[in-house]
Amino acid sequence: MQRIGVFVCHCGTNIAATVDVKAVAEALGHEPGVVISQDYQYMCSESGQNLVKDAIKEHDLGGVVICSCSPRMHENTFRKAAASAGLNPYLVEIANIREQCSWIHKDIATATEKAIILGKAAIAKVHLNTPLTSMESPVVKRALVIGGGIAGIQTALDIAEAGFDVDIVEKQPTIGGKMAQIDKTFPTLDCAACILTPKMVEASQNEHITIHSFSEVEDVKGFVGNFTVKIRKKARYVDETKCTGCGLCTEKCPMKKVPNEFNMGLDNRSAVYIPFAQAVPKVATIDPNYCMMLKNGKCGVCSKVCSVGAIDYKQQDRIIEEKYGAIVVATGFNPIKLDKYDEFAYNQCPDVVTSLELERLMNAAGPNGGTLLRPSDKTHPHTIVFVQCVGSRCDDSKGKPYCSKICCMYTAKHAMLIREKYPDTEVYVFYIDVRTPGKNFDEFYRRAVEQYNVHYIKGMVGKVTPKSDGKIGVQASDLLSNEQLHIDADMVVLAVAIEPDKTARPLATMLTTQMDTNDFFTEAHPKLRPVESATAGIFLSGACQGPKDIPETVAQGSAAAAKAIGLLCKNSITCNPCTAHSNELMCNGCSSCEKVCPYGAITYIDKEFRMPDRTTAIRRVASVNPAVCQGCGACTVACPSGAMDLSGFSNSQIMAEVDAICK
Amino acid sequence: MQVNENKEFQPLIVAFCCNWCSYAGADLSGTNRLNYPTNVKIIRVPCSCRVNPMFILRAFQRGADGVILCGCHPGDCHYTSGNYFTRRRMTLLFSMLDFLGIERDRTRVEWVSAAEGAKFAATMNEFTEAVRKLGPNRRLEDLRCRKQ
Amino acid sequence: MQEAMIKRAKELLADGSVKRVIGWKRGEFAYDITPAVFESAEELDKDFVFDDFTSANVSKYLVKESKKEGKVLVFLKPCDTYSLNQLTKEHRVDRDNIYVIGIPGGPKLDIEKIKAKGITGILSVKNDNYTLKIDTLYGEETMPFSEAILDKCASCKSKKHVTYDELIGEDGDVLDSDRFDMVEKLENMTAQERYDFWREQLSKCIRCNACRNVCPACTCEKCVFDNPNSGVENKAASDSFEENMFHIIRAFHVAGRCTDCGECSRVCPQNIPLHLLNRKFIKDINSLYGEYQAGADTTSRAPLTDYTADDCEASIVHERGAE
Repeated sequence: MQRIGVFVCHCGTNIAATVDVKAVAEALGHEPGVVISQDYQYMCSESGQNLVKDAIKEHDLGGVVICSCSPRMHENTFRKAAASAGLNPYLVEIANIREQCSWIHKDIATATEKAIILGKAAIAKVHLNTPLTSMESPVVKRALVIGGGIAGIQTALDIAEAGFDVDIVEKQPTIGGKMAQIDKTFPTLDCAACILTPKMVEASQNEHITIHSFSEVEDVKGFVGNFTVKIRKKARYVDETKCTGCGLCTEKCPMKKVPNEFNMGLDNRSAVYIPFAQAVPKVATIDPNYCMMLKNGKCGVCSKVCSVGAIDYKQQDRIIEEKYGAIVVATGFNPIKLDKYDEFAYNQCPDVVTSLELERLMNAAGPNGGTLLRPSDKTHPHTIVFVQCVGSRCDDSKGKPYCSKICCMYTAKHAMLIREKYPDTEVYVFYIDVRTPGKNFDEFYRRAVEQYNVHYIKGMVGKVTPKSDGKIGVQASDLLSNEQLHIDADMVVLAVAIEPDKTARPLATMLTTQMDTNDFFTEAHPKLRPVESATAGIFLSGACQGPKDIPETVAQGSAAAAKAIGLLCKNSITCNPCTAHSNELMCNGCSSCEKVCPYGAITYIDKEFRMPDRTTAIRRVASVNPAVCQGCGACTVACPSGAMDLSGFSNSQIMAEVDAICK
Repeated sequence: MQVNENKEFQPLIVAFCCNWCSYAGADLSGTNRLNYPTNVKIIRVPCSCRVNPMFILRAFQRGADGVILCGCHPGDCHYTSGNYFTRRRMTLLFSMLDFLGIERDRTRVEWVSAAEGAKFAATMNEFTEAVRKLGPNRRLEDLRCRKQ
Repeated sequence: MQEAMIKRAKELLADGSVKRVIGWKRGEFAYDITPAVFESAEELDKDFVFDDFTSANVSKYLVKESKKEGKVLVFLKPCDTYSLNQLTKEHRVDRDNIYVIGIPGGPKLDIEKIKAKGITGILSVKNDNYTLKIDTLYGEETMPFSEAILDKCASCKSKKHVTYDELIGEDGDVLDSDRFDMVEKLENMTAQERYDFWREQLSKCIRCNACRNVCPACTCEKCVFDNPNSGVENKAASDSFEENMFHIIRAFHVAGRCTDCGECSRVCPQNIPLHLLNRKFIKDINSLYGEYQAGADTTSRAPLTDYTADDCEASIVHERGAE
């Protein structure tokens, strides 16, 4: 039996006025195992703590119960005091007789009775407490950023700035992401490339940053501070270390009819290509789906013209393995597919375009060199209709239930730019609501309406019909004047909902992070921990967590970096010792615990056991990683055999408390 | 079960409170001096999902007249999903107890945040009264544990 | 059918594809069938039986047998395949080491129902076109087949094999069954009536553990009721609370995992309708969290290890129905 010391605090009159503390100390002194029971004016004071420390030494205590204020207040104080007296800090229990007794009760007799019961429960628990030691787990001082858009670039730059090595894994041949495709940015109308490309160059030149372009994360193992990640470097059939990015191969390549994904398929590129002029790394990539040499071995022009011999048709995917202390997810977004939206005639009419396509059509480096022309006949459009919320704020299964957040502002931008450049063009915007919270956002939108005379009409477009004369019939309703409108447009622009990148879900599985039903990563706390995932060491940057505009994305990217830096600064992490553990002899290996663990702390191993009949058998048993476990205890209840238990809140401890209270 | 001088039945209520929300909510009702009966005895658990149905049955066996489980509001769990599991487990457990004819009002789940001191006190007042009306737990008690 | 099964089992043993066969053999009486493991053609010829009394779900034996060296052949009725799937999902069996031959399901017979007709000294029971011809020490007796069907077969949920490597006979379909009728009837009673009902039933419990031992979901390495450290260790119910607790905890531990094979009630020597507890959970799960059939597949998430943000609150128990 433990030798237990009980210390009852008066807390001035806070406790002593309603609880007869002397009676409590007296009563608890008779409990089994209690060798000393004292009361004192202020237990948390220096002299109160000394009282505890001295008693631990003098009476060789194996457990301490403090009857005082809430453990949320002073549990740590008393744990530290115990530790300094040589007692394991986890052998201290608090009976909360202030917040949960003296402060809420008036009658001294019943309050004292309750305080005694609470004290008995704590004594019953402390009998079963075991010394716990916090584990230290080392931190690998290197971060991985998954995704090389503006979010990933910002995060990587900030981490590198703090002096830590950071790798960017980008699945496209170049970093830059969606922002690289955007023409101008709201609300300042500065050119996206002008502010993004210097950052891309900065990232490529930073000695702490390694860019794995045209690469994907293949596998993630490990836990906070110590992740092992396999990265697939896809074969680009060009030796990155040799290619100078001169672009001669792309000029000479005879296969020129490949849809150019950077320009949203609005023009063509060659089979060997550099996505755009400022690509980083500026290295050519051969598209194996179109390259004649790779498809049937007949061509080889690029290899011949390359003066540095960078072309390598035999290149294979390579898997590299790296260790990281922190991982930042920055997988970004994509516009949704419009297959289910036949009413907008997107697939029938080339002059019905998405907003991202319009960005390219208006961009100086785009298919038309910056002149806005209809994709069908390359004529100037004179009437343009913008349709808002295509697939956003949908209550049916076709679209997304959420607001894509950026569309109102970029449509105002598009409308304004068009009216600025082509004042003879009439611009109509059909909207459900115009949402413009943000610094200078509403002013920007009002400028579009007031200064540029963009026709904003509250109402949804019902049907878009291409006509034989090349016009596009737009049928819509004006909800404010309650009339049906028919507009003959030259172009229709759809503000398409955005969704998380398709790679996000498999990645979330690898990272054991959580996602919502829309595949956005879930933050650890929606208000207080917005850039961390619930899985320790995994941080969230940019639109992978929810729709965001550029300033928000950058802010979140920097915030995620700050969190990652905070982790990387540490040499090791102290783990909470109140973690779950599985009794291998009882574990069924049924995986119930793993299913309810929000942190992916549980894995299974095949272990050999000696059976009673002296044979050996291999069984699957759960193993908890204490560095990852946060100690919620969900697994302990999911476990049917009771093999899983939680240190500090064990089954027997809680039941002992129940028994003491009900006695 | 306690019987005081005016012989009013004093039910014993065991309250399991999650450390992050409800236990803090209980502390807050203390800080604000919001009264609730001494019948309520709180056991701190890291998360409502730590509460095994065995603990609840144990409490009834040993003489509790009501058991209440408090956790963070759905969506606010400190461990992100713990209370969602709690909700399913307790719904099914309570439904089973009801199926066995145990009075429904002896068990309850309530979501109380760290800011809801008033709600905590109100809940405990209400629950204690509901259990008081039911009288002593006889259908799920262990006679050997009955106090004389 | 029995001949076809023995023939196929012998073939698989002979060509070395399996090392053992799990089936049934006769006990002391003709109707006293027990699961058995056969290792040779001779054993099969001598003892293997498949008839109207081979109702035992043998899937649980695979927990041990599938871990032994060499493949094991098992004959599974449709309901038994659900149990196997559930065991596979929980990694309790090595499915790759099992060769499943799906065989037709029941309805199987309940000897107690025959005995209840006052028929004693039973030597054999034959099904002659849905009339049972019962040969007894005292001469032949007859009774309709339909009156001797096992309860679990009477409310059969599925004739479909959800996992098998080959079939003998035809595969069936998932059935509409009335299996929740009795649960519903109890739900509509008052709390006092329900309490009285269960007191009467559960007070009969002798804690023989047959329900637990036969249950294919109860395969824990060490049961909490046998574990002195679990806090609920309990060898004999010495009080009404312990009678209740054992069955509540047992049902809760298999909630969302119970395939409703009905074995618990079949083996209960006290005829306690234990399956009603499991069915109550199944009914609740179906109505509150969406239709879920444990063992229908090996990948879906069990209802108690899953959630949605808008699940109902526990207070639904208080809100629905009359007290």
